[in-house]
Amino acid sequence: MINMKRPGIFKFTLKQKINIYGYLFTLPFIIGFIFFFLYPVIQSIVFSFSRLIITREGYRLEFIAWQNYNFALFINPEYIRTLGETVGGMINNVVAITIFSLFAAVLLNQQFRGRMLARAIFFLPVIMGSGVVLMMEQGNYSMQLLRESQAASGIFSRDILAGLLMQIRLPQGMLVYVIDILFNITRIINRSAIQILIFLAGLQSIPPSLYEAARVEGATGWESFWKITFPLLSPLILTNVVYTVVDFFTSPENQLVQLIRREAFGGAGYGVSTAMSFIYFITVSLILIIVISLISRTVFYQD
Amino acid sequence: MNKKSINSVNKEFKNIHKFYPLSIRPDRLKNYLYVIIRAVLIIGICYIIIFPLLVKLSSALMSLTDFYDQTVMWIPRNPNLNNFTRAFRDMEYPVAFVNSLLLASLVGFLQMISCTVVGYGLARFKFRGQSIIFAAVILTLVIPPQMIMIPLYLNFRYFTFFGLLPGEGINLLNSFWPFVFTSLTAVGMKNGLFIYIMRQFFRNMPRQLEEAAYIDGASPITAFLRVMLPGAIPALVIVFLFSFVWQWNDYFYTNIFMSGNTVLPMTLASLRRIIEGPQTTAVINAGSLMFVAPLLLLYALLQRYFVESINRTGLVG
Repeated sequence: MINMKRPGIFKFTLKQKINIYGYLFTLPFIIGFIFFFLYPVIQSIVFSFSRLIITREGYRLEFIAWQNYNFALFINPEYIRTLGETVGGMINNVVAITIFSLFAAVLLNQQFRGRMLARAIFFLPVIMGSGVVLMMEQGNYSMQLLRESQAASGIFSRDILAGLLMQIRLPQGMLVYVIDILFNITRIINRSAIQILIFLAGLQSIPPSLYEAARVEGATGWESFWKITFPLLSPLILTNVVYTVVDFFTSPENQLVQLIRREAFGGAGYGVSTAMSFIYFITVSLILIIVISLISRTVFYQD
Repeated sequence: MNKKSINSVNKEFKNIHKFYPLSIRPDRLKNYLYVIIRAVLIIGICYIIIFPLLVKLSSALMSLTDFYDQTVMWIPRNPNLNNFTRAFRDMEYPVAFVNSLLLASLVGFLQMISCTVVGYGLARFKFRGQSIIFAAVILTLVIPPQMIMIPLYLNFRYFTFFGLLPGEGINLLNSFWPFVFTSLTAVGMKNGLFIYIMRQFFRNMPRQLEEAAYIDGASPITAFLRVMLPGAIPALVIVFLFSFVWQWNDYFYTNIFMSGNTVLPMTLASLRRIIEGPQTTAVINAGSLMFVAPLLLLYALLQRYFVESINRTGLVG
């Protein structure tokens, strides 16, 4: 009998082979994660406990324990306030963006003339709503003034709308919230393009037979939205909320991110800046964990 | 006999509709009202989105006299292209454009390859530590890049391959190298999202495709290259497009790694310093328009890919 099996050290069981190929394919990321992510993160943790001194040959670190954290939390007058404001703004934004993007996705999923054009315009912010152009607009006060004056002269005058809303006797807190949303409507629309995209894809994956059955049973559009669309989209609501939170926290327009940047270049120094971003990161993760555990309890999975 | 009766029933059915004028039938009325409200909403939202573009265009075309004229609101009275030519010159547009195009294409291409490979590895091989690697992918998305900004800057300023090279290291800043390294290893901007998209895409592809290839004697690498990759082209295009667009728009990483170079984000931002006086806003607006023009063109041509992107990747399924 001829032995068909090749002897040698390069003989693995199937399981070992799969293991090896798994590592082989993910190797680029493993290398990148260790060298360009984990290593900088650890460095920044070290920085946050020390004072960084730039010398001619490079840089030198001086260990100063919790001083940076102490400075960020108790001495810097802005940090805690900005952190609170950012978290508060985040909650407002996430609620508004999620509701708006669901609404817009339902609108864009219907049949009407010019649907392709409307979709194309709705997703335009993916291209323009970030980066340099937005930054240039923010630093440009005369541009903002111009926009304000043009907005006021237009059909949608905010002051008139706000005045109208005052007439309706809403509870005080809700009124403030609604007016806040109204004033930020542009930003909310510009920030929800990806979320609309995700919801739209979800809407298209719902089988039409469900709606037909509901209609035969005499359900109204309103009922079938809450009994069919909403439960089936609930996993995507979780995805979108998480995406929005992360997007908000890492966006360079964020006040706290700007503060951290300011401190790094010309403020209290690198050490304090990294300490600030570390506290910030821990807050973000805590919020994400709370949000995920709260929402995933109510999420409905079809299978 | 049957055919005739059906025809007559049909005719009668059509006649019923004739007796009710369109406007009176209550269900139709409700429908029209709904259509009108929907149209107003959609047009309103579209208006809000396009508004900044219109403002930029109108103010970029204005001459100085129009700018000070209170009666000129939207349409400039003596439009000219002075602001555009000035922005074109001060942004060093031709050079910066070519550099930006090269950078964004390179980054898009490298990230497309690396994220596809990693996404495939995570989708199709069940190996030890897989969940840890996936968690790491998500972690790169969640940690704000501002946190590792300074260490990254210092690492590329005094690049020693993490202690492997002797001496005080090479200065890799102001070159494409930092982008090449981070893109090739799938830790660039928003790469966690791309890996996630590719993973979901490959998971939705039928397993039988690879099994057939394995039976024909292909190794996992050949199966990936010859069987899976051709089927994944739509997803590859999407990852490339998003990566290209985000790199083009990016100021954060470009400012850290290439602040001394002639790339569009830097030269556009420098307009604020260069140009003084009342024309600043108009010139900046002209510059911004020239900055987004290539992207708008790309979007107009490949709009289908952007809009259908998430559908195709099966991110939702």
